[in-house]
Amino acid sequence: MPSEVNLSAEDLLGLYRRMLLIRRIEERLGEDFKRGDLPGPVHLYIGEEAVATGVCAHLTDADWIASTHRGHGHFLAKGGDPRLLVAEVYGREGGACRGMGGSMHVADFSKGILGANGIVGGGIGLAVGAALAAQLDRKGAVSVAFFGDGAANQGVLMEALNVSALWKLPLVLVCENNGFSEFSPTATVTVGAIADRAKPFGVPSAAVDGNDVIAVWQAARAAVRRARAGEGPSLLECRTYRLRGHVESEASFLQGSYRSDAEVADWATRDPIARLAGYLDQNGLAPASAREAIEAEVAAAVAAAVAYATASPYPAPDQARQFMFA
Amino acid sequence: MARRRMIQAINEALAEEMARDPRVILFGEDVEISIMGDTRGLHATFGPDRVRNTPICETVMTGMAVGAAAAGYRPVCHMMYGNFLYTGMDAIANQAAKLRYMTGGQIKLPVVYMGVFGAGRSSAAQHSDAMHPMFMNLGGIKVVLPASPADAKGLLKSAIRDDNPVIFLQAAGRGGEAGDVPEEEYTIPLGVAEVKRPGSDVTLVAIGAMVRPALRAAETLAGEGIEAEVIDPRTLMPLDQATIVESVRRTGRLVVVDEARDTCSAASHIVAVATEAAWGALRAAPRRVTVPDVAIPYSPPLEKALLPDPERIAAAVRAILGR
Repeated sequence: MPSEVNLSAEDLLGLYRRMLLIRRIEERLGEDFKRGDLPGPVHLYIGEEAVATGVCAHLTDADWIASTHRGHGHFLAKGGDPRLLVAEVYGREGGACRGMGGSMHVADFSKGILGANGIVGGGIGLAVGAALAAQLDRKGAVSVAFFGDGAANQGVLMEALNVSALWKLPLVLVCENNGFSEFSPTATVTVGAIADRAKPFGVPSAAVDGNDVIAVWQAARAAVRRARAGEGPSLLECRTYRLRGHVESEASFLQGSYRSDAEVADWATRDPIARLAGYLDQNGLAPASAREAIEAEVAAAVAAAVAYATASPYPAPDQARQFMFA
Repeated sequence: MARRRMIQAINEALAEEMARDPRVILFGEDVEISIMGDTRGLHATFGPDRVRNTPICETVMTGMAVGAAAAGYRPVCHMMYGNFLYTGMDAIANQAAKLRYMTGGQIKLPVVYMGVFGAGRSSAAQHSDAMHPMFMNLGGIKVVLPASPADAKGLLKSAIRDDNPVIFLQAAGRGGEAGDVPEEEYTIPLGVAEVKRPGSDVTLVAIGAMVRPALRAAETLAGEGIEAEVIDPRTLMPLDQATIVESVRRTGRLVVVDEARDTCSAASHIVAVATEAAWGALRAAPRRVTVPDVAIPYSPPLEKALLPDPERIAAAVRAILGR
C-alpha cells in the first residue's frame, strides 16, 4: 500500500463496501450462469474491483463513464442500482434497460453511465463525446473511459488521445490491463507499456497497481482533478488480473487452457478486497466487526437484488419492436 | 421564393438551426474553411465551441457524436465524402443505431451525419459510392437524400430537430444546382415523399440525384404520349410506402431509379414493397434502373456508361409499357 493515504477509515470502509458489493453480486451471477439460469453470456469483473471503485469514488452523477463488455463493476461503482443490474442480466422487464441489452449493455444515463459496450474499444468514442459535452457545459464535469488492454490495441485509442489532448477535453482514460485479450495473454498481442502510449501526445500517464484500491484512488484523484481544472486528459494503466475466465461459458468451448492454475492462484493472493481488509486490520483502522457488518449489509443487498429481479416479469414480446426510434 | 443553390440552402439550414438551438454543434474535417461550401461562415458566426475542425479521425469522430448526443447536445457530424462513413462505421452501426434500443429507450440520440454521395465527377471508386441502402438496413438510422435545394433545406432542418440519428446525403457535385426556396421559415417532415410530376401511365420513383434525369425522361416520354408520375421518396428510412403504393395501384406499372449498386439497392426494396402491396394492380413486372454490381471507375466514358441517365430511364419505361 502507498505510504501517503488521504483516506479516512470511513472512506476506506466505503471503498471496501463498494468492492464487496461488486464481488458478491458477480459471484451470484456466476452461480446463476453455472446453473443455466442466465439467458446470455456474462463476463465477470472478479479480481478487478479496485479499478472501478477507486476511480468512480471521485465521480458524481453529473460525471460520465463509458464501460466495457465486463461492465457490471463500473455500473455498480458509479452508483447503478444492483436490483436493476441483476434484473437486466436476468432479461427482465424491471432491468436497467428493460431487458433490451442484458449484461453487455447495462446503462443508466441518469447516473452518468453511458453503458457497458459489446464492442472492444466501443466506449472510448462515446466518452470523448461526453467529455466534449462536459467541456461545452462548463460545469466542471468529467468523462471517464474504461477499457481493457485489448482495446488499447484498437486504433480509436490513438484518435482519442490526439483529439482529447488537442482540445484539452476533461477526459480520463482508464485502461484495465487484466492480462488477457479474451484468451490471448496480453504480452502475446501487445508491445510496450500501455501507459507509455500517452507520452507522444503529451498526455500525463501512470501505471498503477490495479489491485490496490488506494493506489488507484490516488492516481485517479490526480487525473480527475486535472480534467476538472480544464487541463486535459490523462491515461491510467491499472495493472490487475482477471481471476475468472473471459466469459463464464468458456469451459464449454475451449479445448486447451491459456493460463496455468498456479498463475491464477498467485494472483488470487493479491485479491484487492482481501488486501484492503488486511490493510485495515494491520493499521487498526476498523474492527473486524465493521467488516462483518458490511458483509451482512452486502449480502442483504444481493438478496434484495435477486428477489427484485426474480419477481420482475419477462418483457411482453411486443416490446421487441419498441425503442428503435424516439 | 428565393433562388438558391443546393449548397447555399444547406448552409442556410445549418445557420438557422444553430441560431435557433444553442445545443446544435457542428464538427468535422475542414468544416471551418468548408471545402464544399456548406459550412462556410458558420465558424465565424457561432465560434470555436460550436463549430470545430476535427483531425482526420472518423473512428472517434462518429463515436464522439453519439457521446455528445447522449450528454445532451445535437451534434452535426460532417463526414465530407460519404465513403468516409465506412471508416467511422463502428460507432454508426454498433453505437448510434442501437444505443437507444439496447438501453431500453433511456435516451434520445439527435445526431446528423452528413456527407456527399454518388458518382459523376471522376472521383473514382473510393469517393463515389451511393451507400444509402446499407444505412437503410441498419434499422436505427434515418436516411435522407434531398434532390432539390428547397428539399435539402427543409429536410436538413427536420433532421437536426429529429431526436434520432440521421444520415443526410447530398449528391456529390450537384451543390451548384439552383432552385426556388421559400423565403419564410419552413421544414419538410421526414418520411413524406413528394410527387414531382403527376402522371397516369407509369410510376417512376427516383432517388436523390436520379430525380433530375427521371424528370427529363418523363418530359421526353410525354412527347411520346406516355405520362409518367415521378415520385421522390426524399427519405428512405422511414420510407413513405403509402404514396408509392397508391401511385402504383393507379398506374399498374413501376420503374425505380437508384444510383446504388443493383444488389440490395433501395430500388430493390421499393420494388419488393410495391409488389407485395399492389400485386393485383400490376400490369407488368416492375423494373429497376440501377448501377451494375461494380465499383465506380475514374475515366469519364466509363463512369457515364454505368450511371442511370434519361435515355436508360426512358428505355425502361418504354419496355415496361411494351413500346
